[in-house]
Amino acid sequence: MTAIFSLPHSAIAPRSRSPFVKKFLANKGAVLGAAVLLLFILAALLAPWIAPHDPLKANFLAVRKAPSLIYWMGTDELGRDLFSRLLWGARSSLLAGGVSVVIAMAIGVPLGLLGGYFGGKLEAVISRVMEALLSCPFLVLAIALGAFLGPSLTNAMIAIGLSAMPIFARLTRGQVLTIKHEDYLEGARAIGLPDRWIILRYVLPNVMSPLVVQATLTIASAILAEASLSFLGLGQQPPSPSWGSMLNTAKNFMEQAPWMSIAPGVAIYITVLCFNLLGDGLRDALDPKG
Amino acid sequence: MLMFILRRLLSAIPTLILVSLFVFTLQKLLPGDPVLAMAGEERDPAVMEYLRDKYRLNDPIPVQYLNWFGNVLTGDFGTSLRTEQPVTTLLASKLPVTLELAVLALLIALLIGIPTGIISSVRKGTVVDYGANVIALSGISIPHFWLGILLIMVFAVKLQWLPASGFVPMGEDFGQNLKTLILPAFVLGAGLSGILMRHTRSAMLEVLRTDYVRTARAKGLRPRTVILKHALRNALMPIVTLTTLLFGELLGGAVLTEQVFSIPGFGKMIVDAVFNRDYAVVQGVVLCIAIGFLLLNLLADVLYRMINPRLRTAS
Repeated sequence: MTAIFSLPHSAIAPRSRSPFVKKFLANKGAVLGAAVLLLFILAALLAPWIAPHDPLKANFLAVRKAPSLIYWMGTDELGRDLFSRLLWGARSSLLAGGVSVVIAMAIGVPLGLLGGYFGGKLEAVISRVMEALLSCPFLVLAIALGAFLGPSLTNAMIAIGLSAMPIFARLTRGQVLTIKHEDYLEGARAIGLPDRWIILRYVLPNVMSPLVVQATLTIASAILAEASLSFLGLGQQPPSPSWGSMLNTAKNFMEQAPWMSIAPGVAIYITVLCFNLLGDGLRDALDPKG
Repeated sequence: MLMFILRRLLSAIPTLILVSLFVFTLQKLLPGDPVLAMAGEERDPAVMEYLRDKYRLNDPIPVQYLNWFGNVLTGDFGTSLRTEQPVTTLLASKLPVTLELAVLALLIALLIGIPTGIISSVRKGTVVDYGANVIALSGISIPHFWLGILLIMVFAVKLQWLPASGFVPMGEDFGQNLKTLILPAFVLGAGLSGILMRHTRSAMLEVLRTDYVRTARAKGLRPRTVILKHALRNALMPIVTLTTLLFGELLGGAVLTEQVFSIPGFGKMIVDAVFNRDYAVVQGVVLCIAIGFLLLNLLADVLYRMINPRLRTAS
């Protein structure tokens, strides 16, 4: 009996971590992406201490000043320091990316697990609903949900999370279907383990790798979506800074103060690029064929 | 093939009904009363009641849904609460604008993405390959609306070569029409070209490893013939279906681009309608986009069957 119990455990025992780490570290782009992201996260966390100026304090003597030694990235239409607003804005953008994906996974993964594992009518209903949601473009859905929930950063995160949820549900279901008839799961069922236990203990850990990769790539899309919603006025509300809302203001001063649109745009671009590099690196490192 | 198309069309019906239910419920849950916006500042109760009756807003929600969906099936998407114009008329006037923008963007994406993907795969591991990959990833990562702002700053504000915003219909002045669309089309196409480049590269790498390509090389065929005639033809199969699906993505991507460049298409219409709480227009646009998406999915499946002889034989 002990031998039977030990079989599924050994079957799902995590692979040695060294090949994964080795493969990941060999990918220079992914390592660079991870390092830059770490730097951005640190900057966002330390914003209250490292920001040289108050990000909300207007200074009408320094309205739309070009970059200088005092204002490294210049000032905006109210004389607020753009570098300080960029650091504080990093909090909103990174938080939005992370929280949206947590929401998407918290709903999508259980739905995918249930649909894939139990099949039948439950799977048909979940699949149809997810298909319906996927037939609306991600951003259109996020805008519609954002408008319904009302303009705020929290609501934008919920809207983006709900819009990204079907991707996780579909991916999880697909992964479950590929391992559903593996010997170790048949064995677990044969010895009478409850379904809840099998799903959490044996199915979930074995479908996690592609989900981690997808999560990294979805954070990139979520950051872009948050910036888009803020750009439309549906995300972070003034005077609190976010990269998208900074760009929304900057578009009105393209001729008079072009620097206002450079800093937040570059910040979004680099962050999204780094998450994409990291996602690609993780996918390659976790790919058994690679 | 006809049976396959019919089967796929039938399977799309439940999805479409779910989308319509979702769109309808969402709009009903939107905060604020649209009648308040229409009744003017006086908000005369009699006028408000008349408007509620006129738009059948007093009916129970399920009845409102059935009425609305029944009308949609006959091509009647209702009337805009703001402009009082039929939504179908509005959709018909905006659709060509967004379609023209999307076609132009797709053309730009194909012209950049496929050749770059081929070159990148043939020169795998070289500086050219790394450079192409970085550019492709940049295209995917760059916020469309920011790229739009940058292009406006350079080409409209500094160089004054192209207009910063606005739209001239093709029938009015073709040259001016192209001038107003080239920047937004490039913005939309840039992101897609990155996706296309990455898929073309990986499909080509897969095909370049196959035995028939090795045989073609061994026969002494010129590298150009091997790549373009033997490898590319087979690598393009997944790209054709991907392109069809990407066209659907363009309809969604157009939302912000049209906003930045003030192009009066679907995207701008949906944003304006959301902010004006114009339920009927939002429902119409989202439903139209969803139908477009489902049809493009069907087209992708059909194309895949048509160009893949193995699937054709199996059917």
